[in-house]
Amino acid sequence: MKGTPIFFYIFVMWLLIIAGGALIVPIIAHISIQGFGNLDGIIDSVVKAGIAIILVVLWILIMSKIKNWIFHQQIRH
Amino acid sequence: MLDRTIVGILISAVAFVTVYAITPSLIKVLTKRNMVVKDYNKEVATVVARPGGPSILAGILASELTLYAFFPSADILAIIITTSLAFLVGFVDDRKVLGGWFKPLALAASALPIILLGAYTPPHLAFPLFGSVKIPELYLALIVIIIPVMGNTINSIDVLNGVASGFMTIASFALTVCLVIVHHYDIALASLPLGFVSLAFYKYHKVPSKIFPGDSGALTLGAMYGALSIIGHVEIIAAIALLPAVINSFLFLSSVKRIVEHRQIKANPVVHTEDFKLMASTDKSAPVTLVRLILANGPLTEKQVGFVIFRLTLFSAALAIITSFMMEINL
Repeated sequence: MKGTPIFFYIFVMWLLIIAGGALIVPIIAHISIQGFGNLDGIIDSVVKAGIAIILVVLWILIMSKIKNWIFHQQIRH
Repeated sequence: MLDRTIVGILISAVAFVTVYAITPSLIKVLTKRNMVVKDYNKEVATVVARPGGPSILAGILASELTLYAFFPSADILAIIITTSLAFLVGFVDDRKVLGGWFKPLALAASALPIILLGAYTPPHLAFPLFGSVKIPELYLALIVIIIPVMGNTINSIDVLNGVASGFMTIASFALTVCLVIVHHYDIALASLPLGFVSLAFYKYHKVPSKIFPGDSGALTLGAMYGALSIIGHVEIIAAIALLPAVINSFLFLSSVKRIVEHRQIKANPVVHTEDFKLMASTDKSAPVTLVRLILANGPLTEKQVGFVIFRLTLFSAALAIITSFMMEINL
């Protein structure tokens, strides 16, 4: 069927989104930083935002690697 | 519930009939004013009216204002204003070619009514299987990012006759189903016009196109979709339904490695065969796009490529619906 590797790529992207939720909700959301007084909330948000950005970059890198792997023949073409 | 069903049928009819009735007149006006562009994928030199954004916006405004008359709420108002602002951004871009960064920044500003009207509360991001995360400050940033991303994602898939409107028809109806599954009935109701407007516009946009949506049409559809996803708290689900377009943007950006307008790309990712089928370019400097990958196995007609994209959209719509059911499960 035309576009079969793209169906597979969409499915992998979907799995990565689910996996992202598995990391963010039970682990990162529960991180609590204390000991900085009034700055606790801000530092907590900055750390979580930083981790989220790192995860997004990691997600893009993984997608890029998978893209090269799945579409190697097509891209070379 | 009966009230909602009747209003749902009414606004769906208003959305569909408005676009269906107005678009032929818009085509005549645009053609008369020489607001036409060449359709490069036709063997015989063909010009097509552009932009179709005004009729798309008319359908959305007519139906959403009807909905607002029955069920006034800040949510519907936020959808109307955000969508209208995105239309203006697109319309300016249709009339005067603007820089690659203008649209994302102007579209980010279009998201402000959602924040100012408080239509986004509670500020949490819901994930399937694992529940939601409360991110009060980050969520505001996310709102400002989602509208330009969704708008430009739909704009980037507007590459062949009928693709953007057909794609939005499938994705929008999938979003409506997902909103019903997660019990956000009011926003599901507000999302109905998007699907019907796209469907009515597809009648004139399908191969051979009589009108192109232009930036004003594509950004209007994308921004409304983004606004619905934020207000309905289905951001992740909405992104899943758009995965073919997300892939297209991702492939494009990862191959050109900068934010740039499609019209600025010199090497075309798609060329024509002698019988005017579409064929993947062998030019290594051409960007990798979804259409180029679809054509990697051999030439296809424009209509065939469109149907492959629709099949991919149906697949991602099915994944979005599965994800909505997964929202109900909490591990």
